[in-house]
This record gives sequence, structure tokens and C-alpha cells, in this order.
Amino acid sequence: MGGVPCNHTLIFLSLILFILPSALAISSENVEGYSINGRVKFPGSVIGPGLPPKISDVKVILNGGQRVTFLRPDGYFSFHNVPAGTHLIEVAAIGYFFSPVRVDVSARNPGKVQAALTENRRVLSELVLEPLREEQYYEIREPFSIMSIVKSPMGLMVGFMVIVMFLMPKLVDAEEMKRAQEEMRNQGTPSLANFLGGAQRTS
Amino acid sequence: MNMAIRVFLLLLIILSSTYPTLCIYEDQVGHLDWHQQYIGKVKHAVFHTQKAARKRVIVSTEENVVASLDLRRGEIFWRHVLGPNDVIDAIDIALGKYVITLSSGGTILRAWNLPDGQMMWESTLSGSTPSKSFLSIPTNLKIGKDDVVFVYGSGCLYAVASIDGEVIWKKELTSEGGNIQQLIYPDGTDIIYAVGLVGLAQFDAYQINVKTGELLKHSSMVFPAGFSGDLSFITSDIAMTLDSTGSVLVAVHFQVGAISFHQTHVSELGRDFSGAAVMLPTKLPGMFALEINKSIVFIKVTNEGKLEVVDTLGRSTAVSESLYLSEGQQVFGLVQQGYGKIILTVKLGNDWRSNLLQETIQMDYHRGIAHKVFINTYARMDSSNGFRALIVMEDHSLFLLQQGEIVWSREDGLASITDVIASELPVEKDGVSVAKVEHNLFEWLKGHLLKLKGTLMIATPDDIAAIQKMRLQSTEKSKMTRDHNGFRKLLIVLTRAGKLFALHTGDGRIVWSLLLDSLRKSETCQNPRGLSLHQWQDPHHHVLDENPSVLVAGRCDLSIDSPGVLSIVDTYTGQERNRMRPAHSITRVIPLPFTDSVEQRLHLLLDVNLQAHLYPRTTEALDIFLRELGNIYWYSADVDRGILKGHAVQNNCILEIADSYCFDTRDLWSIVLPSESEKIVATATRNLNEAVHTQAKVTSDQEVMYKYISKNLLFLATVAPKAVGPIGSVTPEESWLVVYVIDTVTGRILHRMTHHGSQGPVQAVFSENWVVYHYFNLKAHRYEISVIEIYDQSRLDNKDILKLLLGKHNLTSPITAYSRPEVITKSQSYFFTHSVKTLAVTSTAKGITSKQLLLGTIGDQVLALDKRFLDPRRTINPTQAEKEEGIIPLTDSLPIIPQSYVTHALKVEGLRGITTVPAKLESTTLVFAYGVDLFFSRLAPSRTYDSLTEDFSYALLLITIVALVTAIFVTWIWSEKKELQEKWR
Repeated sequence: MGGVPCNHTLIFLSLILFILPSALAISSENVEGYSINGRVKFPGSVIGPGLPPKISDVKVILNGGQRVTFLRPDGYFSFHNVPAGTHLIEVAAIGYFFSPVRVDVSARNPGKVQAALTENRRVLSELVLEPLREEQYYEIREPFSIMSIVKSPMGLMVGFMVIVMFLMPKLVDAEEMKRAQEEMRNQGTPSLANFLGGAQRTS
Repeated sequence: MNMAIRVFLLLLIILSSTYPTLCIYEDQVGHLDWHQQYIGKVKHAVFHTQKAARKRVIVSTEENVVASLDLRRGEIFWRHVLGPNDVIDAIDIALGKYVITLSSGGTILRAWNLPDGQMMWESTLSGSTPSKSFLSIPTNLKIGKDDVVFVYGSGCLYAVASIDGEVIWKKELTSEGGNIQQLIYPDGTDIIYAVGLVGLAQFDAYQINVKTGELLKHSSMVFPAGFSGDLSFITSDIAMTLDSTGSVLVAVHFQVGAISFHQTHVSELGRDFSGAAVMLPTKLPGMFALEINKSIVFIKVTNEGKLEVVDTLGRSTAVSESLYLSEGQQVFGLVQQGYGKIILTVKLGNDWRSNLLQETIQMDYHRGIAHKVFINTYARMDSSNGFRALIVMEDHSLFLLQQGEIVWSREDGLASITDVIASELPVEKDGVSVAKVEHNLFEWLKGHLLKLKGTLMIATPDDIAAIQKMRLQSTEKSKMTRDHNGFRKLLIVLTRAGKLFALHTGDGRIVWSLLLDSLRKSETCQNPRGLSLHQWQDPHHHVLDENPSVLVAGRCDLSIDSPGVLSIVDTYTGQERNRMRPAHSITRVIPLPFTDSVEQRLHLLLDVNLQAHLYPRTTEALDIFLRELGNIYWYSADVDRGILKGHAVQNNCILEIADSYCFDTRDLWSIVLPSESEKIVATATRNLNEAVHTQAKVTSDQEVMYKYISKNLLFLATVAPKAVGPIGSVTPEESWLVVYVIDTVTGRILHRMTHHGSQGPVQAVFSENWVVYHYFNLKAHRYEISVIEIYDQSRLDNKDILKLLLGKHNLTSPITAYSRPEVITKSQSYFFTHSVKTLAVTSTAKGITSKQLLLGTIGDQVLALDKRFLDPRRTINPTQAEKEEGIIPLTDSLPIIPQSYVTHALKVEGLRGITTVPAKLESTTLVFAYGVDLFFSRLAPSRTYDSLTEDFSYALLLITIVALVTAIFVTWIWSEKKELQEKWR
């Protein structure tokens, strides 16, 4: 989708933001409130074109939906006119798990960043939000293997039968077997044919 | 034999050790679920058709959505849902590649890349005085090298560079109560004019230097009679408005430096114009429109300043803004209403009599009237101008018309669902069955072989495509009759436009739709809106000869004491069966647990005067009601004053006209919350239809715990008045959250607990004997979810067998809501990562299946969480016995397993609510999540233990059976041979 003509502006914008190092800060603007500026960074993403395409669908949410903003092409975001206090920033991005971030906006020393991930209490020196992990929503199909067949109920059924047929006779003592066979011979042979025939008759 | 048992046990362990998540495979998407994307009622539309390979239209809607739609098919190219408070004021296109949106009362300006919707820049325009706002993008005006966007908002005029959103200059123009309404760019100068009204009686004109924003000249003039409404700009130096009575038209001439007023009485325009007129916000060349006497009058202003009535049309006419053609002419479109059709007319601005285009289009009556029209032009083959029109109808649907035909339509009313109810489909009657002809055995086997290949991952891409197609086109799931498992139902949804839709759960298609006349704007109902949906008739005994129906309750105006409206709609046919215009207001609809002989449910409607009205109004219903009079209780919560009250029915109302269906009510109890320390933020009650299978819970140490199950329990949450605002507005020390569990019959507080340092918003769900609620812990600065479980202590003695034998138990004592049983509560809290928009719980037919909580997260996903994680008996080190019972070791936070997202990789943008409906199959529950998008899926919280999954491989079963049978015969032959050898020896 990314049109070719906009790439130049992307580079241009990212250059501007490169030159401005103070972008990651809480800066006081006017009496009404302060600004929170930050950045969302995805693993393996580089500044400029070639970002993951999802970036346009990422939302940054302040205080549980009080305000919602979106990411600029370079991953930066900002909230303006935020009153002093302790705030919560959440990032909603499909496919990634972000920890909410606690951001302290202090009226006494404006310009100081105080941010910490709420999940693992890691303190951020600058407001760069990275996903804690990727989220895999689908179960991955196991590739075809003999084990998967063996593990399935059908496989277990066959396996059980094989065990009974081939392993069980081995477990039984050979002497005992012979004796049993002899006994059987004395009683007449209950062959499978008789057995099946009997079953057919009764059914 | 021993070994067989061991093998069997091993098998069991393998099977039971799998984790109970709902995981689905990627190729199953769309099989059990459907997802529909909408945008809402379009407010503004800007076409982008010139020099563009993909023709598109950019729209902004009442759901705060900005979207780019494909002009050919109406599909969404991209879409952004802004925050709930971020109302879009205006949109436009700048530089031919950026979509500019102005939102939040003119304070936030954003630019979106036209092809892909990436936000390019965002500017916050902070001003002090709230005012109206608008956006103006001049063509061919540059400041320095920059193309510029002018924004007026918060009393200031801003010039913003359209390439990067930098504010070039800012000029504060008006003080309190002033509104600039138009910017005028005279050609060839560096001056712009800003004109508007200040207060109610002053007209102001400003001259501003474009380059610097310097105010060159400010002139104003007071009109003593006062203005009403907005200005309508005729030319670059004449504006029309009305005086405060609405009977005098004022033409304001504001040529360079001088302002003058010319008054014309409305009645001078024609004999039949009387009464107050209203100026309509139109932008027509040399013309304006007034609404007088329920009709729209178009008035032309001639060059000499004379007013001339050109036409009078019906009130239901929609007018577009004017559009510039390449030859410098201006055209505009009109949509007039006919019965079952609409007439689109495109006229030249300076010539009313001739039409460039007139088309009649058949339009369903249930779309209502046209609300908005936007026109766009294209070059025809013969290089004349063709026109297409985008039309927004009363039911919020969107149409594109071109060459007299509907090119595409969108049902965007479904973006604003206010209530949902599920209804059964008709029973399949003998003889009309259409099933069982589509499959023969060979095809059935082939399908299953394909599926087997899919599960074994030896399928080729073609096979996978075939499997997908087979699954999606399964006719079984979209049939119009009831199924054995109860998966097929109708979802009846009520939208903000007052339209009812019936959606089929199988594929989400619209079965019928009905624009309720009672919820349409009319003489008696100025601002009607739907309140709620209720099951009116749900026949079980008369299932073949009675159709189920729903009751739609609404009210006529925004105020709570405005008269109510009621409609009863047949859910099979979608026809309105009955319509009522009760004289009383409706504050609440209470469905009673009684039905009459035709299975119509009794409903009690409460009005603002605390009178209760019984429906249906039949003597039979009245008899049933009077019999049960003593058992009917309800509660009311006055959020503003912090008072909770219990009510019961007393006797018939004393009215001038006797009404035996109207009852006075009495207060039973009241709880007054201290207003200085507590403010009600949330309430939750049990769903009345919920089935509870077992009253008792057997713990690992053979103890029995009796659940306290009462339909009359209320969960109430209050916070400190300071902590009502959002997070960040209050410190932990001055904030607390108090939760109550209250019996609504007696007003007894069963449980009260304070969470210090916590605040709302609180989301809560009540089910069986437990309540789960989500809130924010300010001390830890994390969200928390707590659970309260209520157990009945008074029935504990019943487990003594000796007493049971001797008859000294209280099992036979009647259970009454008046008794004061000893209850104990157990509670536990856990951290949860995300903000939660809405909470719901799964419900199944018999209540046997374990429950899952459904959390609608801030990221617009729906997460399913096992109730086992919210068990107050969780400990850090559960004993072996407890582990066997299924108690999970205690952790401080609740796990988020990505595979248990019900919505998997999809988003239900603008999520507002989740509804669960039990299927007939006990293991399964139907989940419907709605917001701007709709999502439906089937959930099995404990897996489908009572049926084979649809993925079950019959082919593998057959193969196994065949293999086993052949194995039997092979071994038989072997043993015969062996026996023969034995005999020969």
C-alpha cells in the first residue's frame, strides 16, 4: 500500500526527528498541562521506510481510553495538555504484547521523564516502548509425523492391539503357554471361526 | 490386564494434561466465527477521484471513524477509530495526498497518508475559549513555500503547514461566545477575511495578513434585534441570517471596511410564509435555504440584493454542497423522497429550472428518508460531466448512485448497536426440508479425506483452498431452521437509528430489517431513540403455531420524562405486530418471570412518577399479576444522590381515568450512601435467565460448601467523589473503592469491602454466587480484578447424615428471600495487565460447563479467562488434594494466553458490549461482541466434551477400523496356518 511518492517525506520527517534529540521528554508547554512524548519501537524495525506495515494500526492509549493517539511513521507519539500526576499509557498492537507504562508528570521539575513498566517494574530512562513479547493467536499445526498418528486415539488403539498381539504372548512363560495350549486341545479348539460364527448367530 | 490398565491410565494422563485453552488453528478462521467491519453514519465525505488510479471517498462518521472507501465496491481501504471523546469536526484533503482531520472541538489536527492511512503528523492547537471549529484548505495559497491549512477553533485562527503540521501563525480573534464562520480569500492579495458572529447580536469582520497573521483591520457592527442561528454565505461579501424571532431575514454586506444590514420580513417573500423560519446550513451558489412550515424554501439573492423564492420542496429533501466543475460552473445535488424511491437531481447553480441530471432510484421503504447527499463528477466518454452521488439514509446506510443505479451499499447502521437479544429460528417442518440432497456418500468421503490430509499436513495448497471453501460454504450452518445443537439462531439487534436487524448466527447475514415507525422522527416524537429489547413471546408449547416476538421500548425525547413508545415485532417475519404509544414515560422495563396462556411474558414498565404499568394489557395477565403481587420486588439506584431503594407494588393508581393496569409502588427499604465519601459508579445483577446446575460445591477435603444463589443480589461499587475522574487526577491517599453485595428484597448488606487507594472505572459481572470486578489500583498503578464468592452457612448442618435420617434437617423448610441466612464471603484480588472496556461471562444451557470470563480489552479484543483463575481458594502452595480438585497455584497476576483471545488476530473496533447466548449443546456458548465492528463466535469453555468437533476425522476412524479388521483377519489366517503346522508335527 505504501505509495512511492510518500517515501521521500518519510525520510525527510525521520531526518528532522533525528536531529531533534530532545523529542523524548516531558516538556512544559503552557499553564494548562504538559506534553508526553515517546516512541514505540518494534523489534527489528529501523527508522525510515521498511517498517512493519502494522504501524499504522497501532494505537497509544492514555489513562484507559481518555485519549487515543496514533504513531507517526517513525514510531513517535505525543500527548499534549496532560495535567501533572501519574498516568498510564497503553499500546494496542495486534500481534504484540506491550506492558502498560506508568508515567509521572511532575509539576516541580518539568522536563524529567519518570516512566516504568507496570508488568515488571523496569524503569525506563526514556520513553521508548518495546513489546515484551510477540503474541501468537493461533495454534500451530504440528507437521506430519509418525508420532502424531501414534498419539491420536486411533493410533493408540492400533498400538494397544499390537502390544496385546505381539508383546503379551512373549510376556507369558513359554512353558505355561504350552500347558495352556494342551489344555485347550483337550477341550477342543475354540478357533476364531467358531467364535465369529457364534457371534453372527447371536446377533 | 494390569498392563492394560496402566496403558489406559497413561492415555488418560496424556489427554488430561493438555491445557484448556480455546486455541484454534489459523485455517479455522471464519469457520465458526464471522467478523464484519463498519464505519457508522457518515457525517462528511470528500471524494478523491482526480488523477487517482484507485478512486476513493474519504468519510468521517458519528462513531469517530475516519475511513477511506473504495469508490467502485464500497470496501474499506483503511480505517481509524479515534478515541471516544475525539469527535471529528471536519475532514479534507491537502496536497492531494494527505487526509486532514480536525477533531476534539478543533484542538487536534491530524494528517493521514491517503494511500495507506498512516498518520503523518499530529498537531495540538490549544486555545482558551471553546468555540465552534472549522477547517479550510485554500487552493493556490502558499505562505513562503508551504501549502497551508487554516483552522479555526477555540477562538483562534491558525495557519498550519500542510506538509508537517507546524503552526505558522496563530491569531486570537474572538472572546467568549464568538464564532468565526467563514474565511474568504480574495484573489491576488495577501489578505484573508474572517467573518462571524460574536454573542447573539454582533457581526464581526477581520482582515488578516496571510503571511504573518497580523490583524490588519477589525470592524464590527451590532444588530439590536439579535441573530438566531448561523450565517449562510451567498457570495464573497454577502451573508444571510435570521433575527432572533426567526421572522426577519437579515442580509449582511461586508464589503471592504463597511458592514451594513438589510432586513426583509419573511412574509414579504410570499403569502404562505408565516411563522418562525430556520436557516439551513447549506453552501449553495448565490442561494440559501430556509425551513418554514415544514417545507424547505430555496431563496436566490440577485445581484441587486433582491431576494427571490425559486422553489419550495418537502422537508425530507437533502441538499449537497456545491461542486465546482472545470468550466467554473457550480452544481449541487438534491435528493427528494418518493414512496419506495428517491429522486436525485443535479442542478446548475445559476439556473434552477433546468436539471443536469434527474434519476429515480428504487429504494427500500425501510431505509427511511435521505439524510445527506454528497456529489462528485466524472468525465463521460463524450467528455460531458457525469455525476455520482453518495447518499446517507435515515437508517445510517450508505449508497453510491451512478447512472441511475445503486453501485454499492453499506449497512453502516450496524455500527451503532444499542441492544441485542437472541431469538430461535423456526422448527424444521416435515416435507419442507431442503437438507440431505447436497451430499452423496462419495462426496462426503472425499471431503473427509481432504480434511484428513489437512490435519496430517500433507495437503497441497490447492487442497487447503478446497478445504477452506468447503468449510465456509457449508450450507448446514446458514440454514433458516433450528438445529439440534442450537447453534443457529437469530440475533435481533437494535441500532441507534431505530432500526431492527435480524442477523443469522451462521454467517452473519441480515435476514430481515425493519425501520420502526415508532422510533422515527415525527410531529409528536422529536428525538426518538430506542432503549432496550426484551423477549415478549418465546413459544415452547405452541412452537408450531405461534411466532416468537420481541418488545422494543423507546422514548420520544432525550429527557427521561418524555413519553415512551413500544413496539412488538415478530422475529420470524420481521413485521411489526403491535404498536403502543403509552401516555407514561419509561424509565425501566422489568420482565417478570410469568407468562400467560399464549406464552407472552409479563412486563412491568416503570415511569418517572414511580408508577408501574403492566403489559400485556389483558385481563389474563392482570389475574396472573394480582396472584403474584406479593412476590414482585425491584430496586432503583439514584446515582446523583447516592440512594438505593427497594420497591414493591402497592395498589392501583389513583388517576382521573381509572386504569387497572397501573399500580402505585411503595418503598420497602433505602440505603443512603454518604455523598461526601461515596459515589455510585457501577452496579451489576445476575442475568435472570442464567441456569445454575449445582447448589453445592464439594471441596477436596470432602467438605460441602453451599452456594448462596439468589436472583435478588446486587453488586454495587462506589468510589470517593474525587476519584470519579480518569486515572492521574487523584492520589492514592484520597481515593478508595467500596464494594457492596446487597439483597434487593430486604435491603440487607451481605458484604462490604473497601479497596483503599483504588479507583474506577469499575466493570463488573455477576453470575451464580460470585461477582468479578475490574478496577484500577493506584498504589501499584496497575489494574486489578477481584472476585467475591458468597456461600450459605445456614445449610451446612444438612450434611450430617444422622440428622438427615432422623428428619432433623432444614431441607424442607421453605426458602424465602425474607430469611436472613448466615453467609460467608471469600474474596481474592489479582493484577491484570489491560484496561477493560466491558466484562461478560459465558452462559450454557444447563450451567454444568465451567465458566469463562470474557474481557473486552482496551485493544478491542475479547479475551477468555477461565473462572478457575479467579477462585478465592487459590493458595501459593495448593495441597495434592486441592490440585486434583483443579485449584491453580496463586500468582499475583492473571495470565494472558494469546491463544485464548476469542477474537484471535481480529479487532472489534470500538468494542462496546459482549453478549453470550447458550446453545442447546451444553458445552457450547455463542458469543456476540459488538461495537463499530461485529464479531460472532462459538465457545466451548471446557472443550466440546459432548460432541465430536467438526474437525473430527471420520476418514481416520474408518481407516483405523478397516486396519483393525484386516489385522484380525490376517492374524486369524496366521493362527490357522500355525495350528495346521502344529497338527502336522
